[in-house]
Amino acid sequence: MSVITAENVTFTYGKGTSFERTALSGVSFSVEEGEFLGVIGHTGSGKSTLVQMFNGLLRPTSGRILLNGKDIWEQPKKIREVRFKVGMVFQYPEHQLFEETVYKDISFGPKNKGMSEEETDKKVREAAGFVGLSEELLKKSPFELSGGEKRRAAIAGVIAMDPDVLILDEPTAGLDPLGRDALLSEIVTYHKVRKNTVLLVSHSMEDIARISDRILVMNNGRKAMLDTSENIFSQGAELEKMGLRVPQITKVMMLLKQRGISVNTGVLTVEQAFQEILSCLGCCGETKKW
Amino acid sequence: MVRDITLGQYMPGKSIVHRMDARSKILMLLAMIGFIFAADNYMALLLITLSSLLVVLLTRISFMMYLKSMKVILFLVLFTGILNIFYGSGQVYWEWQFIKITEGGVNNAVFVTIRIAAMVLVSSVLTFTTSPNDLTDGIEKLLSPLKLFHVKVHEIAMMMTIALRFIPVLLEEADKIMNAQKARGADMESGGALKRVRAMVPVLIPLFVSAFRRANDLAMAMECRCYNGGKGRTRMKIMKFGGVDLAALIYLIVVFAGVILCNIVFPATVR
Amino acid sequence: MGSFIEVKDLYFKYDDPEDENKNEFALNGINLTIEKGSFVAVVGHNGSGKSTLAKHFNSLYLPTSGDVSVNGMNTKDDSHLFDIRRSIGLVLQNPDNQIVAGIVEDDVAFGCENLGIPPKEIRKRVDDALKAVDMYEYRLHSPDKLSGGQKQRVAIAGIIAMEPECIVLDEPTAMLDPQGRDEVISAVMKLNRERGITVIIITHYMEEAVLADRVVVIDKGRVFLDGTPKEVFSQVEMLKQHRLDVPQGTELVYKLRGCGFELPKCVLDENECADAIEKLLKGVS
Repeated sequence: MSVITAENVTFTYGKGTSFERTALSGVSFSVEEGEFLGVIGHTGSGKSTLVQMFNGLLRPTSGRILLNGKDIWEQPKKIREVRFKVGMVFQYPEHQLFEETVYKDISFGPKNKGMSEEETDKKVREAAGFVGLSEELLKKSPFELSGGEKRRAAIAGVIAMDPDVLILDEPTAGLDPLGRDALLSEIVTYHKVRKNTVLLVSHSMEDIARISDRILVMNNGRKAMLDTSENIFSQGAELEKMGLRVPQITKVMMLLKQRGISVNTGVLTVEQAFQEILSCLGCCGETKKW
Repeated sequence: MVRDITLGQYMPGKSIVHRMDARSKILMLLAMIGFIFAADNYMALLLITLSSLLVVLLTRISFMMYLKSMKVILFLVLFTGILNIFYGSGQVYWEWQFIKITEGGVNNAVFVTIRIAAMVLVSSVLTFTTSPNDLTDGIEKLLSPLKLFHVKVHEIAMMMTIALRFIPVLLEEADKIMNAQKARGADMESGGALKRVRAMVPVLIPLFVSAFRRANDLAMAMECRCYNGGKGRTRMKIMKFGGVDLAALIYLIVVFAGVILCNIVFPATVR
Repeated sequence: MGSFIEVKDLYFKYDDPEDENKNEFALNGINLTIEKGSFVAVVGHNGSGKSTLAKHFNSLYLPTSGDVSVNGMNTKDDSHLFDIRRSIGLVLQNPDNQIVAGIVEDDVAFGCENLGIPPKEIRKRVDDALKAVDMYEYRLHSPDKLSGGQKQRVAIAGIIAMEPECIVLDEPTAMLDPQGRDEVISAVMKLNRERGITVIIITHYMEEAVLADRVVVIDKGRVFLDGTPKEVFSQVEMLKQHRLDVPQGTELVYKLRGCGFELPKCVLDENECADAIEKLLKGVS
């Protein structure tokens, strides 16, 4: 079943002013329940605007957003309920921390949702566990944490609301490769354990490629592609035309293909490329299918 | 939305008003405001409004922009206007218990409204046609005699430059933080005044933290670029009074004479 | 090419009473010589000390022990402070927070104005610096309306206008999108190639490091690898031990070599990698 459906969604910033700018035009697609969907596009492609539609922070200029089959703007007064069901982690979420302790900050969302003390406590600890924040850190002030820990605390604050859908907008921006990998694997674990729907927005293909079931490619406010990672990446040339950068390893395979060597260009990782080359060499090594 | 605010926003251009020296524009704005207060009858006010509109035309900026900047303080204008209706004397139009609307009151209200609108108009001419840097440079130059009295003129001007630069940055940041907290279920739209103020805490704290972080970075960046206060500093853009400024001065004198004349010839509407 | 920056036995400890790790040195005995005109990338994790090192080059930080000297001037010597800062410009990570003025060209002029350069000369330098980073047509814009990559290039122009011998960039691309990163890196490379400005770039992106003449890898406040990109990235095992990234193409070739195939010791970009593998595949069949 689809959790979120966008029906012909169009959005215009500053309608009727001299700053008018169309950010989305005629976007339609559905996100399936339990799916891990990657959303990519260059800056200004409309990807961030699109995901802000899903929890009702922005209202479509025309078209509808359905959550579990129901138009979220049917009763505009109840839009807050949608925000508890669709959790949204913004870019640089650590900039939203404000409470005296990390624990209190994470419980801000659950309390707004109206959870009991007991339930809040359970959710806060659970969320902290998902992002690898220790008991010790929960007692600290959020401003004493390191950059990576702050980011985790902020993400925990959204996870603790126990949303059906979790949206993360560039969660790894500004992190070093080590921090990036750790955070991504925490998100994957969360998705596996909770089995809920996750939308990950990024302009880094490397991040998205390995972990998404499907990838939505946005370009100039329109849906450009929506397919499995392999199928998307085998269209490297198309992606580059949209100003997106494919992983270096995919690029290598594209170059080999251009030079008349028949390799699969839909590779996403070094390991996959390694196996692909080995099978081309018809070599002794493991030629197992990945 | 924050981005719609046009009050105090610079709009680059090449009109003669743009080319005027910032200092003369500031002084002329002050003079115009003085005239607006000196005018005590509708004819004088009409003269000022028309002469301001002529300058507005010369800026070659769409009149819509001026109207928009007016919109921002519409509330203030209406509020003072309405308040004035109830003060004044003369023929009574309407009365209820101790509240009464009089001829003098209505006159006051209309007069004050036009005065404020005219003031916004002339102020907008200055801010629309003068870059923030020129504006602060102009103020620094105009205030420089105060250095004799140990007033830190350069520092004040620097602070203004930085404030002008970072206000839009912080407004945008406030917008972002507000969205992030709304996404966590913060309710900022309902409840009484006290509840609303309390609901702003999750926005204000991160905003302060961010402002401090930015200030820290900026201080470091300024140090890296050899900033050492106003001593020994030169400027890229030298201010020079030119022909345009002289013409503007003559125009100003003509308007002033007109206002005085109107004040003498026509009876005062307000006192 | 003579040595330009000299770092000798540099130890540094943050003087922060609140910090629990106050007995730990952020920099643990760094020795480094930077040649004039070179393009050096300093890579390492967050917290490895790479940014702390960068702030020593223009005496924003002073060594707890050891010395840093620029053109023979010790950074500890207060009388050389402005000479040092004039010859080494520092560009910081967040492009928003280092722009002082509300108009692009006024901001670029800021450094020159502080140095007391005559107005006409400033005008010339500002225009020239803006052209060098391809931002001349934006000179009258407000920085708020620019993209991250554009803002960062304005910040670089502000440094260039001071005509430094060297620019140090402290993770200039960490907050930018891929396009912004490309813009900034190509602007910086141009400055190095065409004007001979020494460039030290602090980064955690290996794709950026491979473009340098020299890569210095830092971990736990120590230099543990230092050499040409080829020398450094051929140490795949060593880098992985320190949990650092290796460009994907480099890693692929390394893995294939591990299986006993004849391949070059180190490839850096996708073209080199494709060349090597093409040769291998065609040689086999």
